[in-house]
Amino acid sequence: MRNGMHKSALVLALLAAGAVSALAAGSEDDFKAAYAAAEAANKEAGKLRNQWTTTANTLAAAKKAADAGDFDKATAAAKEAEALAKASIFQATSEKTRWKDMEIR
Amino acid sequence: MKLRYAIYLASAALAFGMLTLASTLPSGAADKVDPVADAKAFKKFFTDKFPKVKLEDFVNGPYSMNEDLHRQWQEKEQFPPYEFSLEMGKEMFSKPFKNGKTYADCFPNGGIGVRQNYPYFDEKEGKVITLELALNRCREANGEAPYSYVKDEMAALTAYMAFTSRGKPMDIKIPDDPRALAAYENGKEYFYTRRGQLNFSCAACHVQSPGERIRAEILAPALGIVNAMPIYRSEWSGMGTTSRRFTTCNSQIRGVPLNPQDDEYRNVEYYLSYVSNGLPISGPGARP
Repeated sequence: MRNGMHKSALVLALLAAGAVSALAAGSEDDFKAAYAAAEAANKEAGKLRNQWTTTANTLAAAKKAADAGDFDKATAAAKEAEALAKASIFQATSEKTRWKDMEIR
Repeated sequence: MKLRYAIYLASAALAFGMLTLASTLPSGAADKVDPVADAKAFKKFFTDKFPKVKLEDFVNGPYSMNEDLHRQWQEKEQFPPYEFSLEMGKEMFSKPFKNGKTYADCFPNGGIGVRQNYPYFDEKEGKVITLELALNRCREANGEAPYSYVKDEMAALTAYMAFTSRGKPMDIKIPDDPRALAAYENGKEYFYTRRGQLNFSCAACHVQSPGERIRAEILAPALGIVNAMPIYRSEWSGMGTTSRRFTTCNSQIRGVPLNPQDDEYRNVEYYLSYVSNGLPISGPGARP
């Protein structure tokens, strides 16, 4: 019984933590932070001359959702944009040497 | 005894360190840039891959890869879709600017039959000059506004200049200047570098898969691909320049295109033209 109570307390705590983080994900501040991180990564990809159209589209979708007040959707899109931008940075960096593998010799 | 052992150990560590260092040196340090060997290998790759296609036929892109398409093309050439653009280019070329000068004043041989020499490396500027760039610079030098690099007027002018050079072998020179060699090498790097979310390089389509279908299109071989520019594309319902081809290739693979005539595009055109040296100018072309 006591053990069961502990368990339910743990479940409650986890649920609460989940609810808090879900709430946090939906805040305007979190969107702003996620969007700024995505923009910074995309800017870095721009310096490497390797931005992806999908990053720009996803950033635009994030902005649109934020303008409509849907910060859950906006934050998720901004995080996706950041992941895309980071993938484009990885691509540009690894291709600095990998392009030679494809060269006709 | 202990000292000798320590010396052995230190020497082994040093040797290992040297080996590691050697293996991490950039591969470029060991590779000498050799455009002559590159061009030879480039041609060999395509002629080995398509033994039935004559070298000079590669300039006809997808039409050289497929018999049915070749027949369609021959019929198309009876009433070529680029004809309007060609006529427009001819007229524009001879029409004087406001100051009385013409395009002919900006180019060797009055701009007639010179397409095969573009792009060239300008040693004064230290950069590659393409035909499109030279045309806009000519306009600006004569007090005229530059044209868009991708279609319409620019396509018309380059169509006319290519037409007057048809059959002449591409003749790109790399002067004895390390900057020219660097521009060539950077162009090569751009050509083989994967980019965009689809992770394609120019070579992924035009070296690895010419003759194959990509959705409804048949991919053109990279060899001689620039000799046919500018082109009328049915897909575009109009003419497009080399700049249009490069930028749309980039966006199709979900990469943000650079600005037309940015260094990367000028360099890749320089590389592609050089490795197509000897193949005839066939522009303006028509493509599905």
